[in-house]
Amino acid sequence: MSAPMTMTEKILARAAGKVAVEPGDNVWVRADVLMTHDVCGPGTIGIFKREFGRQARVWDPDKVVLIPDHYIFTADAMANRNVDVLRQFAKEQDIPYFYDVGTGEVLFGTDSHTCTAGAFNQFATGIGNTDAAFVLGTGKLLLKVPPTMRFVFDGEVPAYILAKDLVLHMIGDIGVDGATYRAIEFAGEAVERLTMEERMTLANMVIEAGGKNGIIACDETTRAYLRTRTRKPFEPVANDPGARFFAERRYDAGALEPTVAQPHSPDKRALARELGDVRLTRAYIGSCTGGKITDFINAARVLQGRRVAVDTFLVPATTEISRGLRSETVDGRPLLEIFQDAGCQISPDASCAACLGGPRDTFGRINGPEVCISTTNRNFPGRMGAKEGQVYLASPYTVAASAVTGRITDPREFLP
Amino acid sequence: MTITGPVYVLGDNIDTDQIIPAEYLNLVPTIPEEYRRLGSYALAGLPLQSGAPTFVPPGGTTTPYAILVAGKNFGCGSSREHAPIALGAAGAKAVVAESFARIFFRNCVATGELYPVETTERIVDAFRTGDEAVLDLEAATLTHRRTGTVCRLRPLGDAGPVIAAGGLFAYARQTGMIAAPPPESRVVDSGPAAGPDD
Repeated sequence: MSAPMTMTEKILARAAGKVAVEPGDNVWVRADVLMTHDVCGPGTIGIFKREFGRQARVWDPDKVVLIPDHYIFTADAMANRNVDVLRQFAKEQDIPYFYDVGTGEVLFGTDSHTCTAGAFNQFATGIGNTDAAFVLGTGKLLLKVPPTMRFVFDGEVPAYILAKDLVLHMIGDIGVDGATYRAIEFAGEAVERLTMEERMTLANMVIEAGGKNGIIACDETTRAYLRTRTRKPFEPVANDPGARFFAERRYDAGALEPTVAQPHSPDKRALARELGDVRLTRAYIGSCTGGKITDFINAARVLQGRRVAVDTFLVPATTEISRGLRSETVDGRPLLEIFQDAGCQISPDASCAACLGGPRDTFGRINGPEVCISTTNRNFPGRMGAKEGQVYLASPYTVAASAVTGRITDPREFLP
Repeated sequence: MTITGPVYVLGDNIDTDQIIPAEYLNLVPTIPEEYRRLGSYALAGLPLQSGAPTFVPPGGTTTPYAILVAGKNFGCGSSREHAPIALGAAGAKAVVAESFARIFFRNCVATGELYPVETTERIVDAFRTGDEAVLDLEAATLTHRRTGTVCRLRPLGDAGPVIAAGGLFAYARQTGMIAAPPPESRVVDSGPAAGPDD
């Protein structure tokens, strides 16, 4: 009988074909999915061809996902060339533009926010081009099994608190390197009550604490979400009774207040109500972290019937979300209408946009000494463009409330 | 192996956007010309006080600094392999830091661009940009040439030979883990199949 394992250990053991693994073990794991995008894909493909040959085939075209999302609506010729490289590779390798998410799987991606998929009870982590090229050719990668830090949020999340507040609070506690080389598990009654998209926000941000992966147990919420999107069989993992954790911290979710990360670090924590003196020049709602449909619904709850006082940029994270801005409603009104009436600038095209700056003509990019509040993930100097810019990170509620007043604002001022 | 040269000193949490700003990620590292351009933008995102020396001199394409000396969590942020590549393409050989972000460390080893070496204590206050230093990888020491101060480093272990070989694929071939590269991939062209070593 092997020692009890955490969820992360169990997924890696399964993918390594072993009965058991423990933190610190170096194991070859089988990849279930490799994801890459227009920024890292061409380099990955370049290494793949150099190392495996120009005629080489990827190990499994059904397991390779190509996502042009970083620099796609720009006049930048090289950025457009890079999207063409992906398109050409997809054609040459018969890669379907299609991806079914599955529980208990191993997902690698050439993006640090690949960890988002941990919300689906996956082991998901970001890797570089060279590792990705290796996976493309072999379907495997050597990994060190991380110990797990467990963050338990007890009680009920108040109506004005979102997942972003939980995770910014946690990162403020442990710092931007507080989970380096470790897995982070989110658990507790408050997490169990969160929607899948809110859980994705939690898992998404673990990289901002240096984490290798984030993971959340599979429950009925997970199953219900996945049933509408995939017919893949569920193969979730749960912590074994007695599984050992590197650390465990408990929080009273009911005591949390709207939280902000100040420039220039995701761990520079403050409460929104303490920052009322900070005058803003713009607000931004978008990205894998804060540009999902529930993020826009939450923003619309605040912006409904109000006008923004500063330039407010909205970028849906995916095309499905972009369509959702027309079909989803708050108080019977489509989100798009609410945002237009509020005076927001809405990108019709889904992309990563200004979350990571990008080419100069990127929608919403900070090109000067702007003071921006954003639902995105990272605020190191120059992250959203110009290094003179200052970026405050917050939840969609706090960003929307701050957009209305033009200063950092606790959303309790606007929420019922 | 020893690396000798002037150091460039940085603080804590130098993230990948400071190492290579996102606007330059349209450059593909496996294309030789774009690899060189990445080098010219190394640390272009670093906010500097006026008069402070830039890592790559204005108008230049390479750096005079062989070694970076940094604090905690060097290379945090994105998974972009462009980050170690930009530093390596600029001509830097090593980063000596209190700790590294995981993906950056791994990308240094996989690309073989740069030695990421951890210190056993904080050393950023013992060096100023431009100071000459000697990094001895076997002895795991960084020596300040003028003051003679010797900083103890953590050994690189099995990662050292991978970097010395030129990265994951080169090492795997050298040691017989994988077969020799297919002959047709040696053809040099300007497409993304060409690499910085070609």
